Amino acid sequence: MIRYLAGRVGQALAVLFATFTAAFLLLQVLPGDAVMIKFMSPEMGLSPQQIAEIRASYAADLPIWEQYLRTVANFLSGNFGYSIQAGVPVSQQLAINLPPTLQLAALAFVAAVILTIALAALSNMVGMAWLRSALQALPSLFISVPVFWLGIMLIQVFSFQLGLVSVISPGPVERLILPVTTLAIPISAPLAQILMRNIDEVLAQPFVAVARAKGASRHWVLWKHVARNAVLPTLTIAGVLFGELLAGAVVTEAVFGLNGLGGLTYQAVGNHDTAVLQAIVVISALAFVTINLIVDLLYPVLDPRLGSKLGTAT
Amino acid sequence: MSSQETSESDLALIEGHETLPASWITRFKRAPKSLALAWLVVLIVLAWAALPELFTGYSGTEGVPGEQLRPPTLEHVLGTDGLGRDLYARIVYGARHSLSGAFVAVTVGLLLGTLLGLVAGSRGGWLDAVIMRLVDSLLAVPSLLLSLSIIVLLGFGTINVAIAVGAVSVARFARLVRSEVVRVRRSDYVEAAFGSGGTFWAVLRRHVLPNSLTSVIALAALQFGSAILAISTLGFLGYGAPPPTPEWGLLIAEGRNYLSRAWWLTAAPGIVVVLVVLAADRISKSIQRSGA
Repeated sequence: MIRYLAGRVGQALAVLFATFTAAFLLLQVLPGDAVMIKFMSPEMGLSPQQIAEIRASYAADLPIWEQYLRTVANFLSGNFGYSIQAGVPVSQQLAINLPPTLQLAALAFVAAVILTIALAALSNMVGMAWLRSALQALPSLFISVPVFWLGIMLIQVFSFQLGLVSVISPGPVERLILPVTTLAIPISAPLAQILMRNIDEVLAQPFVAVARAKGASRHWVLWKHVARNAVLPTLTIAGVLFGELLAGAVVTEAVFGLNGLGGLTYQAVGNHDTAVLQAIVVISALAFVTINLIVDLLYPVLDPRLGSKLGTAT
Repeated sequence: MSSQETSESDLALIEGHETLPASWITRFKRAPKSLALAWLVVLIVLAWAALPELFTGYSGTEGVPGEQLRPPTLEHVLGTDGLGRDLYARIVYGARHSLSGAFVAVTVGLLLGTLLGLVAGSRGGWLDAVIMRLVDSLLAVPSLLLSLSIIVLLGFGTINVAIAVGAVSVARFARLVRSEVVRVRRSDYVEAAFGSGGTFWAVLRRHVLPNSLTSVIALAALQFGSAILAISTLGFLGYGAPPPTPEWGLLIAEGRNYLSRAWWLTAAPGIVVVLVVLAADRISKSIQRSGA
């Protein structure tokens, strides 16, 4: 068990390290340095000597391996470097922009879970066959809808046609209704697909037939026996889902003009502000790896059947 | 037991036509309606991309002055945009950009991913470990952020966006191909092929690859849909082809400026994207099932 734990943590660290190195090579070394791009422009009117001084102050004049070691040390101590364009520490920009994005993502996640449960429950309890197959087809539709287009359509319908949500000066809650809905719909799709498939699989198990034979109603079996067994496997996509939430939040913020990580990313790409982008990439990878590690370690605890398998198999 | 087997195979010999694969026309007739519809959508869009002139008399990029923001009529099926350009024509001409972008993306992912997966799965050992950790680290970054990082490196533009989208799918292809290769490698006939003197690459080409193909093609179909989605997203954000290119994501972005007056400008291209992605998803599922 300890060996499994150590191996799993080691693997997570290796992935994180590889991501960091790849992001460093991709973003900081290959595109030439961002300092030059900004300060070489004739508008700044700087002399070559001044440029050299600025480069030295950003440590951009050092050999690559030394820059790399410095960046590793800085990231480990929570220093993500300076945004070349804004001239402030990246950590400061993240501190401003991360909370609204996390709030949007968290609200959308809650909404997506509610939507998923409603879809799965309805599709298993509704009697009419056509309605059931329509409900079962919904997740495939949700997954095929471009997030940005969905946001625009929601604005069109609810703000312009029905006048339900004001676009001019919405209140703090009103402002979030449409973005949260926009983000929740595509996030609920993979969740609902997995949950519905699991429910079908569990329903085919012998113990369900036994419970039914003993006289339990369909609803009772669904909630008491099937739900518990079907919910657990959805945990395995928690990491992927987090990535989708983050990427969806970036696009949603762009559509609704909200401040947050999305706006920051958008500006960083436009300005070649690679330090910002690298920090965002590494932090999201850290979150992904951590979530997956927690799920992997928690899974045998939540499902004792797996715990015993682990003990014998590995 | 054995007599029954003989009689069944005899029957198959006598009624040989029963065991032959059905012709594609009968297969098309037998296919579920949703699958037939999915193929229809794909064929129409492919035809748009191949011969846009056949489907519309209007230009995809040049507008008619005085015809701005017309609502959908018989003359302009989907209305006109702010510069008097026929929206249906723009969507038809845009098919070429969106589809070729998705094609490049899937090709990049398929080639690189298959190569990585093949090497990792068949060589094993430290090479397998290194490649798979690299693949894991590709998967650890949200796809949009990965695409954006590559776009920062390569610059904006249609091909660069397509490559960036394709790079995201490399990890998925690599994982799938590796697991398929590992599965096939363990089977008896591959052991036998090695035993009877087959070289590594010969066995790979003749036995391992053909047996892994179905799921790889199914994933390629699925990725084609996601690539169209991702390309339209990046086009919407303004990293793809510059205006006046009628790329679908860009059409939606442009239509957004007229949201209160001309809803069809954003609705129509979005619906086309949804239909194509849904069709790719449906086809991918049927390929997956046919192999199982």
